[in-house]
Amino acid sequence: MTGVPIMTGAPIIAPAPIIEIVDASKSFDNGQSFAFRNVTLRVETGCFVALVGASGSGKTTLLKIINRLIQPDSGAVRVEGQDVAAINAPVLRRRIGYVFQGVGLFPHMSVAENIGITPKLLGWPAAEIATRVKELLDLVELPQSYLSRPPLSLSGGERQRAGVARAIAARPKIVLMDEPLGALDPITRDSVGSAYRTLHDRLGLTTLMVTHDIQEALLLADRIAVMKAGRILAFDTPHGLTAVAQDPDVAALMGMPKQQAERIRSILDGSGASGRHE
Amino acid sequence: MNERIASAFDLLPGYLAQHVLLSAAALALGVMLALPLSVVASRHARVRFFALATASLIQTIPGLALLALFYPLLLGLSAFTEMLLGVEVPALGFLPSVLALTLYSMLPILRNGVAGLTGLDPAVIEAANAVGMTPRQRFLRIEAPLAAPIVMGGIRTAAVWTIGAATLSTSVGQTSLGNYIFAGLQTENWIFVLFGCAAAAALALVVDQLLGLIEAGIARRRPLRIYLGLAGVAAGTIIALTSLAGGKPNVYRVGAKNFSEQFILADLIARQLEAAGATAQRRDDLGSAIAFRALAGGDIDVYVDYSGTLWTNVLDRRDVPPREVMLRELTDALAEKYGVVLLGPLGFENAYTLAMRRERASALGIATIGDLATDAPKLTLGADLEFLSRPEWRTLKNAYGLDFAAQRSFNPTFMYRALEDGSVDVISAFSSDGRIAALNLAVLSDPKHAIPSYDAVVLISPRRAKDSTLIRALTPLLGKISVEQMRAANLMVDRDNDKASPQQAAEFLGRAIGLPAFRGASP
Repeated sequence: MTGVPIMTGAPIIAPAPIIEIVDASKSFDNGQSFAFRNVTLRVETGCFVALVGASGSGKTTLLKIINRLIQPDSGAVRVEGQDVAAINAPVLRRRIGYVFQGVGLFPHMSVAENIGITPKLLGWPAAEIATRVKELLDLVELPQSYLSRPPLSLSGGERQRAGVARAIAARPKIVLMDEPLGALDPITRDSVGSAYRTLHDRLGLTTLMVTHDIQEALLLADRIAVMKAGRILAFDTPHGLTAVAQDPDVAALMGMPKQQAERIRSILDGSGASGRHE
Repeated sequence: MNERIASAFDLLPGYLAQHVLLSAAALALGVMLALPLSVVASRHARVRFFALATASLIQTIPGLALLALFYPLLLGLSAFTEMLLGVEVPALGFLPSVLALTLYSMLPILRNGVAGLTGLDPAVIEAANAVGMTPRQRFLRIEAPLAAPIVMGGIRTAAVWTIGAATLSTSVGQTSLGNYIFAGLQTENWIFVLFGCAAAAALALVVDQLLGLIEAGIARRRPLRIYLGLAGVAAGTIIALTSLAGGKPNVYRVGAKNFSEQFILADLIARQLEAAGATAQRRDDLGSAIAFRALAGGDIDVYVDYSGTLWTNVLDRRDVPPREVMLRELTDALAEKYGVVLLGPLGFENAYTLAMRRERASALGIATIGDLATDAPKLTLGADLEFLSRPEWRTLKNAYGLDFAAQRSFNPTFMYRALEDGSVDVISAFSSDGRIAALNLAVLSDPKHAIPSYDAVVLISPRRAKDSTLIRALTPLLGKISVEQMRAANLMVDRDNDKASPQQAAEFLGRAIGLPAFRGASP
């Protein structure tokens, strides 16, 4: 065992971690197979963390134990120093934003009702919710005319912006994202992704994003946790991972964007794969 | 022709109002039961299995049989509640109809409810959890609204089924649009049959459209449509309710079995009661066994039955005493055992008998049932719906050693048709039937007196045993109606051309026997 992954790389002035997963395991089929095993992960306030790995590596399951959508078999999960098992699940979830791959907007509610749902569950006054929803539309750069539209009338990118607005509506400190850009075309993906990164910084959020796209992780995240078969192989800054990756799997993964970039450059230079477009 | 349509329209408000109320009550009950059940079933696989299997099983029971089954069930319940609480439960009419139809309506609601709730997109359910909804909030804000259009679809199906099946409730004494169909079928008044079908279909369509409006309103979140649809359904029900309110005091319920003679006699009795200033209500199309139990249980007040039927089916006697002895013993036994008053015979007999086409009988040389025994293995017997299961048939069969090549049951109207076109050779006929003379049938005599006599007798329920209005109104009928007069009246209704309604036949009969109430009525 190479031991429990710990934070490596340049030490930042370290506040107490806002999310803390300690030695957590989750198995399916009565212990036959593990989603993840003995995982420890600490995320500091304000950090943007990407959880990267192939399908089935356990990254989404790990994400879901933070807001108790899934209960771990063992280990502890703490949010802002509090053990989540001691917090009523709906109460906990209203404190944490959540963005889905499939967006998960409620099809029978308008865009405004979708965005305002968590404040409504928290019992905010209607006028305050209305003001907040308008403000959020501006924040995610959607026109105000979308307020009363049904979510299905929006494009994929617009829907995901609305999904982000819904996640941050009740001013959470933490946002969890499960493949939030996975269903979008590359151009939309880039614009929604960088728009969110700007929001993250502006609002001082802590974000944990699950993705299988290493390039996206590199471009957006402060730190990347690489998962494989239920374990975290490495957890470091993008620079740290590319520079000093010892694990061959991590090295292969981190080497990929660079190789692709080189291939693309050679195609564009005309030095390789000539006639490809004919 | 026009007159029949006009008389159909005259009956429409009453029939329609009853039909609307019955369907609305059954559907409302069905929704109230099936909706919570489908919520539970959507969460527990075992409940789902049993609920859907049971509802499907109920659906396989023919509607008519389901209605009929509630009669003995409620009779038993009535005996139980009377013993326990001193309250009787009505076993005929609205209650059994509404219960059977409620059961019938549950399957589509249950099925769509379960499908709607279990078929929701799991991503949406997870989103509801992730934004911090409690299970209750998730159900009320997400699951219920998203399943609602599918559930409404189930309710629409249930409504159409219920309105259609409600026509069958006529057979357990509940007035509905089915009265047109049952009466029309018996008297070959096809205008009535068509009218009943069309009215029920039109009602089903209107209700389906109103519920469709609600469904679309829910699906597209247009509250106006929901309110419009609800208002339409509510208005229809309220109009039906108010048109039937203003209860009539001291209503006599006159029962009738399901053939023309019974309709005519029930009409005659009702007219006599109305002439005496009382109000009469008809309960038509009762099955033979149901009619007596309904009378004994007080669900109807008066009807005409036949001595031989009562002797064998009610008293379970197999001996065949002379006519006078049988009537005397019957009167005593019915009073003693059931408190039922046998007021007296009407004067004619409507016996079960066997009949053949005259030329066929003479070709085979058959004059008596005894002669028939030898040729029976080559012949087909056509019977009405109950004859083959009646004790009289077993007695007759054993007495003469009858063994037919085939036996078929028909609605009486079609039984005569089958004899005419040669589909059957021998039929179980009724001696007072006008068609015997009209079709020139040979009635086979019963030399061994295996079949008892079938005097038409007036029976009165225990509750009305000492009711002077009733007894005074009906006494003038006793001993007055000859078999020829009854045949003539029956033929007016049963003949193919120039058919009369049972009301017209009753008028003819009333005039023929010289009742004051019918004097001066135009011929």
